[in-house]
Amino acid sequence: MAEQGKGKKPAPGKRSGNQPKRPTASRAPERARPGATPAKAGRAKTPAFDVDSDLDKSGLAEFFAPVAGFGVTMSTLFRPVVTEQYPFEKAPTAPRYHGRHQLNRHPDGLEKCIGCELCAWACPADAIYVEAGNNTPEAQYSPGERYGKVYQINYLRCIFCGLCIEACPTRALTMTNDYELAGTTREKMIFEKDTLLAPLRSGMLAAPHPMVAGLSDGDYYRGDVSGPTTEQVAWVKERRPEDESLSAAGAAATRAAKGGKE
Amino acid sequence: MTATTNSSSSAVAPVEEITLTIDGLDVSVPKGTLVIRAAETVGIQIPRFCDHPLLKPAGACRQCLVDIATPDREGNLRPMPKPQASCTIEATPGMVVNTQHTSAVAEKAQRGQIEFLLVNHPLDCPVCDKGGECPLQNQAMSNGSATSRFVDIKRTFPKPIKISTQILLDRDRCILCQRCTRFSAEIAGDPFIDLQGRGGGAPGGHGHGLPAQQIGRFDEAILEYTPSGDQGPVESERTGDVVGPYGQAGVLSSVAGSIGGALEDTSGRPFASYFSGNTIQICPVGALTSAAYRFRSRPFDLVSTASIAEHDACGSAIRIDHRRGVVLRRLAGDDPAVNEEWITDKDRFAFAWQTSSDVLTAPLVRDEETGELVPTSWSEAIGLAADGLRRAGDGAGAAALPGGRLTLEDAYAWSKFTRTVLGTNDIDFRARVHSAEEADFLANRVAGSGLDVTFGDLERAPRVLLVGLEPEEEAGTVFLRLRKGMLAGRVQVTTIAPLATRGSTKLRAELVRTAPGEEPSVLDALAGVTGTPEHLADLRAALAEPGTVVLAGERLAGVPGALSALDRLVSAAGARFAWVPRRAGDRGAVEVGLLPGLLPGGRPTAEAEARVDVASVWGVSELPAAPGRDLTGILDAATAGEIDALVVGGIDLEDLPSPAQAEVALAAAGFVVQLEVRRSAVTQHADIVLPIAPTTHKSGTFLNWEGRPRPFGQVFTTSALTDARVLGMLADAVGVDLGTRTLEDIHRELAEFDGWEGPRTAAPAVEATPVPALDAGQVRLATWRLMLDSGRGQDGEPHLAGTAYRPVALLSPATAATLGLAEGDRVRVTGPDGDIVLPVLPTPMGDDVVWLPQHSPGSSVHRTLGATAGAAVRLTAVDAEVAR
Ligand code: SF4
Ligand code: SF4
Ligand code: SF4
Ligand code: FES
Repeated sequence: MAEQGKGKKPAPGKRSGNQPKRPTASRAPERARPGATPAKAGRAKTPAFDVDSDLDKSGLAEFFAPVAGFGVTMSTLFRPVVTEQYPFEKAPTAPRYHGRHQLNRHPDGLEKCIGCELCAWACPADAIYVEAGNNTPEAQYSPGERYGKVYQINYLRCIFCGLCIEACPTRALTMTNDYELAGTTREKMIFEKDTLLAPLRSGMLAAPHPMVAGLSDGDYYRGDVSGPTTEQVAWVKERRPEDESLSAAGAAATRAAKGGKE
Repeated sequence: MTATTNSSSSAVAPVEEITLTIDGLDVSVPKGTLVIRAAETVGIQIPRFCDHPLLKPAGACRQCLVDIATPDREGNLRPMPKPQASCTIEATPGMVVNTQHTSAVAEKAQRGQIEFLLVNHPLDCPVCDKGGECPLQNQAMSNGSATSRFVDIKRTFPKPIKISTQILLDRDRCILCQRCTRFSAEIAGDPFIDLQGRGGGAPGGHGHGLPAQQIGRFDEAILEYTPSGDQGPVESERTGDVVGPYGQAGVLSSVAGSIGGALEDTSGRPFASYFSGNTIQICPVGALTSAAYRFRSRPFDLVSTASIAEHDACGSAIRIDHRRGVVLRRLAGDDPAVNEEWITDKDRFAFAWQTSSDVLTAPLVRDEETGELVPTSWSEAIGLAADGLRRAGDGAGAAALPGGRLTLEDAYAWSKFTRTVLGTNDIDFRARVHSAEEADFLANRVAGSGLDVTFGDLERAPRVLLVGLEPEEEAGTVFLRLRKGMLAGRVQVTTIAPLATRGSTKLRAELVRTAPGEEPSVLDALAGVTGTPEHLADLRAALAEPGTVVLAGERLAGVPGALSALDRLVSAAGARFAWVPRRAGDRGAVEVGLLPGLLPGGRPTAEAEARVDVASVWGVSELPAAPGRDLTGILDAATAGEIDALVVGGIDLEDLPSPAQAEVALAAAGFVVQLEVRRSAVTQHADIVLPIAPTTHKSGTFLNWEGRPRPFGQVFTTSALTDARVLGMLADAVGVDLGTRTLEDIHRELAEFDGWEGPRTAAPAVEATPVPALDAGQVRLATWRLMLDSGRGQDGEPHLAGTAYRPVALLSPATAATLGLAEGDRVRVTGPDGDIVLPVLPTPMGDDVVWLPQHSPGSSVHRTLGATAGAAVRLTAVDAEVAR
């Protein structure tokens, strides 16, 4: 820093806010040079590496010497480009990439998370906060007795190790390939159920609604539920006639009911 | 006084030591020690579920199997043919025990036992409240197999069952260890659940005609019995607030009173128990859970703080678990000298009051223009309060009503503040029925008496006389200890009361039936002051035996002459005495002199020497010498304008003998400063309201009824202030240094008040007023508070409220018949100010007495009737009125 000070002093504040974020190609080397030059000039005459003595060996080499340094440049020109045009083109990740978490749903739309807090327990970074809730006949969010009422992941803490999804007994918690996790405040980096919960796929019925009649939470985990039933749809229709998931879920349920009879 | 003959027998007699070998180690233990506990003494842990050191051995779970060999007559070691349950076998000399550490047989037996227990155990851990602190989880890991050979379908029961509004039972998870049922029957005496059915099989009687073995309330619907006795699918009642694994609503147990009246709780079930929460804590699995804590957190979320329960004067040790600034549950602490491992449901579940929406967070002052209370800064509020108090000091003066829920340290600050800043002796902690006689009695017998009668003594005293005290309602831990002593065959309890309550029945107490107001004559008869009638002669002789303990409750203050007579009785019988008040701060308040005639350490205000003594500790030139007024005196003076300002602490107007009179006085008082945790009925009369830290936000010491200091730590870091700090700030603003900044400061000063040798307040000698005759149609009112009632300390806990007794009026069958009332009919009890209508429960008691709960929903005796215990009230049948 002191050496740089001897050279051209950049105007105070120039390098911060009002400077364009990416320096243009022409200015960047200039910037680097003033500090470096006087220092090198002051040192010994022996060059750092012995280019000249190598090139001495052949005339041809001597002839190309001035442009030899462009060899790498030239060959690279004809190789495929590795630069990712990230914000404009999103590169796909590896299939098992550890990205943002997702709280999954059963095919009938009930949430898989039971609020057991095993993910929070497993988390080495203490990034997960869970508060469980009590399902009631009028508000059944997940199969069985218990559901995740509050679910938060703090992405300022999360190290994407994936231990939480290994701990999850219901496969409620998985990781997506979404890596775009940035925010402007700390609060925004704490993701809650509204962002973490998987969106309803077409044919799913928005929770809360009763479980499929006659099935237990165990049957749900074993995958015995393939979609909402007409009873579930009727239950929601009675209580939340304006629910957006109703029409698709209703169609799916009717289809399934017919299919079952055939 | 402490060295009495009775406390010795078990402690002093040398206990024979025997030596046995456990895992190759020689162990010496007192004769009679169970093998499982002998192993503990050398650090060998045998897995167990049903064993509990405070319950009788049951051998129910078979988890503690070990290999045992005992020497026969010739001294040859004889191995027992099969592994034995170490929790039921007493160690014998020369016994050789091999636990799982040294015996492959024991190890295999234990592993097999875990496998058996898990055969029908659900895979509930992720949704089970016990997960993370579950002995079954832990011991399955430490002593079980990693895999199970069981491939069939597990037996399931409909669940969860709401045993009471607070207690939920999950029969799938129960391992039938019977800790809960043994606690209920042995310790609490409320066998509200028991083992029913036999063997495995189906939940109901399908298959072999008997329901599977399970815990429950013998509820026909749950056991699937139809009224006709046939078995079949019976629909049990369902509850709307919990669901089971099929998404079906939870099952309600025993609703719609199969047994009558007073034994019902407010939810309509047979009354469970005031101690039912302990079963949740000792259940080694998650079969018993509480509605309040259900799914609220995991053990690793919780930060625990050891504390002391604030609801009664027993000072029970508790553990407060909180998560992110919210208390989620309280558990019983383990203090063998006080509450052993049990607490009341009130101590366990009633903590929501500390976070209710009416908790004060900022000082409030009354806006001059609008007359509304508006939040302000501490400095402004303190400044205004100091101005007001200074003005009052120049005028007619100020008085203090600190209330009975203070810590010792806070009470001390009140005492010092009143004497040095307000310059008066007008202070009274008693926010309830009280008398000058009581003040003298407390100053004479209780103040400065130190630790005399203890919980341990209650267990060993040959006879305990209860006067004006219902231990089960007013001091749960006292009740449990008396019951323990009674069951051990050591204690005979006698109670002077108008009727045999459920609590005294469980103590198998001898009842000296006494109508309210007649206590003095009975006490004098027992003391031999007046002639002893024949039926009391035996009791009089028994009380004179050495070791008798007399316990008196605070209610006795309402009967003129009762405490004077009690004093004579205690002296005449040479008995030991303890005063068992209802509030956590009562005993401490007496010790620091929150009474008009009392200074700290039992020093009477009237003694010049005592005043000089105290003044020198406090560094003031002199203390006010004029005798102070008690609560009623203060309120009357405020009404008459003889007092300008009132400094009011945590008092509940409903407890006062006349809430209406108190409201008039507060309205009339020129200037009212309130120091409170929550908004209360006093707040609307207050000019300045200063918020005080609830117990979780401060540390301090309660002095329990024994006089034992019960220090507790702070749960939350907070800027909330204690009474002592706030009074210190007020004093600073007035220009006095109160010196109560830290607990250490206060303790240092308190220590200087030990050992007062000077004269004490004389014992009261108040003549009993003759009980006024009753007019026709009148009866005498008996009333006391129930443990679970309308008290503000239980606010915000509906599950607990559902387990309270349903309020009823108790009448003798004859009186009920005269009025044409059958059980459940409603009776109107009319007092001077109004009437209370409650269902009737005929109960064996005097014909001229009616009992009402003092402050339960629908029965606020002091406010509604305008009468206190002993008053004459009129009874009418409500349904008869309607018919007319
Ligand atoms: S996401 Fe899985 S592990 Fe986490 S609380 Fe929900 S069910 Fe439990
Ligand atoms: S009782 Fe223990 S072992 Fe059983 S489900 Fe609950 S946590 Fe798991
Ligand atoms: S409910 Fe709990 S304490 Fe009671 S028998 Fe079952 S496992 Fe034991
Ligand atoms: S602990 Fe010994 S049988 Fe249960």
